[in-house]
Amino acid sequence: MAFTPPKETYAGKVYSVAIGTGDKALTIGGENVLSFHSFEGDTPNRPLIAMEIQDVPPADWPENVRKVFDGVSDDPVKWARYCQDELKAKAIAVRLIGTHPDRENRSPEDAVKTVKDLLAALTVPLIILGSNHAEKDTAVLVAVAEAAKDRNCIIGKAQEANYKTIAAAAMANNHKLIAMSELDINLSKQLNILITQMGFDKEKIITDPMCSALGYGLEYTYSVMERIRLAALTQNDQTMQQPLLGDVGLYVWKVKETQAPESDLPSWGPAEERGILWEAETATALLIAGAELIIMRHPRAAAAVEKVIEELV
Amino acid sequence: MALSGVEIFKLLPKTNCKKCGHPTCLAFAMKLAQRQATLDLCPDVSEEAKKILGEASAPPIRPITIGAGDKAVKMGEETVLFRHDKKFVNPCVFAVEVKDTSTEGDIAAVCEQVMKSEIDRVGQKLRIDAIVISNVSGDASKLEAAAKTVAAKAAPVPVIINTTNPQAAEAAVKLFAGKKPVIYGANSSNIEAMAAVAKDSKASLGIIAADLDELAGLTEKVKALGVEDIVMDSGAKTAKEIIANNTLIRRAAIKKNFKPFGYPVINFVQRDDSMLEALLATVCVAKYSSIVVLSSVEKWKNLALFTLRQNIYTDPQVPMQVEQKIYSLGDVKPESPLFITTNFSLTYFIVSGEIENSKVPSRLAVMDSEGLSVLTAWAAGKFTATKIAQFINDSGIEKEVANKELIIPGYVAILSGSIEEKLPGWKITVGPREANAIPTFLKSRA
Ligand code: B12
Ligand code: SF4
Repeated sequence: MAFTPPKETYAGKVYSVAIGTGDKALTIGGENVLSFHSFEGDTPNRPLIAMEIQDVPPADWPENVRKVFDGVSDDPVKWARYCQDELKAKAIAVRLIGTHPDRENRSPEDAVKTVKDLLAALTVPLIILGSNHAEKDTAVLVAVAEAAKDRNCIIGKAQEANYKTIAAAAMANNHKLIAMSELDINLSKQLNILITQMGFDKEKIITDPMCSALGYGLEYTYSVMERIRLAALTQNDQTMQQPLLGDVGLYVWKVKETQAPESDLPSWGPAEERGILWEAETATALLIAGAELIIMRHPRAAAAVEKVIEELV
Repeated sequence: MALSGVEIFKLLPKTNCKKCGHPTCLAFAMKLAQRQATLDLCPDVSEEAKKILGEASAPPIRPITIGAGDKAVKMGEETVLFRHDKKFVNPCVFAVEVKDTSTEGDIAAVCEQVMKSEIDRVGQKLRIDAIVISNVSGDASKLEAAAKTVAAKAAPVPVIINTTNPQAAEAAVKLFAGKKPVIYGANSSNIEAMAAVAKDSKASLGIIAADLDELAGLTEKVKALGVEDIVMDSGAKTAKEIIANNTLIRRAAIKKNFKPFGYPVINFVQRDDSMLEALLATVCVAKYSSIVVLSSVEKWKNLALFTLRQNIYTDPQVPMQVEQKIYSLGDVKPESPLFITTNFSLTYFIVSGEIENSKVPSRLAVMDSEGLSVLTAWAAGKFTATKIAQFINDSGIEKEVANKELIIPGYVAILSGSIEEKLPGWKITVGPREANAIPTFLKSRA
């Protein structure tokens, strides 16, 4: 029997979003098919992996990922340079976790200094993340958005509780914006609508439907991403056509499987390989579900995902 | 393709005799269309109708079982393309390859790894399901020798015999009589002979094609030769080809009811870099593979792949749950500590595991919260002070414990005051946030 491949043509497409400036500027999104479905449509841009750094040393990261950055992670600029120059990271995500009131409680001015130093040292695009404290993030992200004016960064995360101020700051200073909601396609859509109603360009948003780690709710993030992407493509829903973010490292390096020593759990094998694969596999699953941008911590995990992307594009 | 209620109705006797337990033939037809009733309830249905309806109601992807006994695994029967539409049915099989060019000792070592690969995760037993024995040498006697080692060292494990030589296949398959092996495989040049071996030995047949067109022709041919238990290799090698071919196959089978593709798919993902191999397997688990063949099965890799398969194949409508009750962990005494948590199975297994780690016999009260995690249940109003108080009161646990103290999860510390109000006489203690801190927490109390 002759076989006619049942190819799909979709009504919608994902917005192309450019980030950074100069030679190292990049574009993500732009496809008019499901992830890696180049056999039936256009997939002009490769998904992007950004390496995560912090404004303060990663004392809270488990040993197996912390030790990789020994000697550079005491200073955000050294750390970022190491990622850019040695690890060849195509983008850097700085999490300003030190501004959290329960952590070092660094001030917005401290954060501005970190961001300015980073921008002076880096040529690759910069993603600037708050500490996920809704109130403090408004002050911090507004200040850093201004400090990074016209550098076309991604600023985040804007959530239901604080999107107004953060979106306004991103808009005034020409940045892209991460809109994060909690694992619910309707909440995600609603937040995108609220942000665009402020006059924010819908083609400058990146949607974060919230990540979860392999074994700890990954299937929820996976399915929410698939549903968002299908709504974007099949229903041409313009409030769902933003590129998707998987903030993988943060969630993965919290779970037991990335930390428990083999001596406690012999049937789980060596912790180091296990942790790296946990991060790489979570990232790969989300890329297949629809993510265009992934934030990761371990260089070997990121390298492994780059290799599989190489085979996928 | 599934028939509509009206189409089914046309095939029924239309006497409205009610013997099927439905008021009319039409009502019964509607139930059949929704798969809420089975045709055997109507005693008067014609043979002709049975045949048409039987074919129409056959699952779009044929169920195929490999192996026998406890370790037999079923594949196929999938009905959707996306897991949010409906549960993916039969989790894919993970198989590891042994080569007949390896020493007996090396093959035996892999068999042992497979035999010991089982891990318990969230109440499910997960393992490497099958062994592929590859005729890399091209020599039939070497294949047979390798197969003998596998049959001896991993007797209960389903096998896939990988050779394109019908004589070699025939000799090896004899060692697995009654165990439903797969012979992989048949290609355009050996198809008649291979189909004959598969038929005689009651094995499933793996078909190796260069592309999708050839694959469609080969499955039809094999079916015509009398073998229906088929697994398909479309020739996809890279991750990109795997996504493309597996997607087209699944779509054709499910959306177009294209019968030549109504069988499980096998993908080979061996890579020198084990980490990369695991990521290829990730692509296969997500994108419709029924058998994923690996070159190595390290423990760290198994744990990650088993977990992913479990995640992808869970029912999107119902979180896995455990029964509401007060579990005794270890040899509990009246003065043993009492913890409370929700009945989401992941939560239960993590918390009970950590309590067991601590070696302190304890009681764990598991409250029905519709399978939600602690914070989700709290946010959804299913793990509230009132409900917790009522559960503790109704359980009668008060009479069994020496100290009326209840340890609550750290994430719901905010509830401690109101639970104390609603459970007079009880002391509420806030435990750590993360379960992995429970052993230290218990130690600090001792
Ligand atoms: C998956 C998920 C869902 C799934 C549900 C999965 C499920 N079966 O529960 C879905 C998508 C349905 C969902 C829905 C909602 N969710 Co939800 N969800 C999550 C997510 C990502 C993971 C939850 C999970 O599985 N955790 C793993 C389990 C094992 O954790 P756990 O039960 O808490 O157990 C740990 C500890 O509590 C501790 N522990 C447990 N028991 C005990 C007992 C004792 C004595 C001790 C000491 C310790 C202890 O040990 C475990 C491991 O350390 C979390 C965010 C996150 N990453 O944590 C949000 C999260 C829980 N959800 C949240 C919310 C708000 C909701 C919704 C209300 C909102 C919405 N988006 O619609 C709904 C409500 C559901 C409903 N039916 O109405 C919030 C809760 C915020 C808050 N602080 O109140 C969270 C934290 C997300 C966030 N950051 O805001 N959610
Ligand atoms: S038993 Fe058969 S004939 Fe009688 S009502 Fe039911 S479907 Fe109709």
